[in-house]
Amino acid sequence: MEPSNDQWLVALRGPTRDEALAELRVVLMRGLRIALGGQANRVESSVEDFVQEALIKILDNLDSFRGECRFTTWAQKICVRTAFAEMRRSRWRDVSLDEVISQPEASTAADPQLDPERAATQTMIMEKFRRFIDEELTDKQRTALLAALGGMPLEAVADRMNTNRNALYKLLHDARKRLKRRMSAEMLSPQDVLGAFGEG
Amino acid sequence: MFDRDIFKALIGEIADTREVEIGCDECFEQLDRFVEMKLSGLNAAQAMPLVQEHVEICGECREEFEALLAALRSTGER
Repeated sequence: MEPSNDQWLVALRGPTRDEALAELRVVLMRGLRIALGGQANRVESSVEDFVQEALIKILDNLDSFRGECRFTTWAQKICVRTAFAEMRRSRWRDVSLDEVISQPEASTAADPQLDPERAATQTMIMEKFRRFIDEELTDKQRTALLAALGGMPLEAVADRMNTNRNALYKLLHDARKRLKRRMSAEMLSPQDVLGAFGEG
Repeated sequence: MFDRDIFKALIGEIADTREVEIGCDECFEQLDRFVEMKLSGLNAAQAMPLVQEHVEICGECREEFEALLAALRSTGER
């Protein structure tokens, strides 16, 4: 039977801490392997490191656990975020922000499967949108948005902009609001754009 | 100019953009309760709409939410 939240907290703070940690490690390892899905085999050698890093965070933050959910749910949440954030960083470790931002301009080739008229419409919309980005956004917002458009995850962009994921999300939220207003002023609705790209 | 799929995703996010949104930290703070509600068959989206909206827009938080849900669903550790 799984220990109660109080039992976990008492055990992790008391003389039986090592046994409790060993038990929690098993729970987190099992959960993380499932959480990683198809990626589990590729990063198997790192799973133990992710769990170890998560255990340190869990111990450091025990006081912030408010008991509003199961202790193991809270702990697994920390473990999943630790692992995914680390994998994203690792995947993008050797890519610079400049590389990602300049990439969209470098590849202007249209999809060869597309009929020329549709391809021309799509290119026109993207060029217009690129103008909105240049005219509406601050330098920081523009950098963050172009990096996101280049496929770089938030953690990787945040590291390179000396900020954190939460602050970057808020920066991008402000950028989206500005772009939404500009699109509305230009009578270019997101639905129309998605329609031109074969969605909606 | 842009990767079409990522561009379409961004346009979808712009369509869903609201004046007030929570950030990744607030989402993370509430994600455990959100996931437990989902696992219990309760309407988590209705009970915690700001978390629902955030995971719809933020790809990173959505990926972590889905992974956590899968882990807890499978291990029964809840």
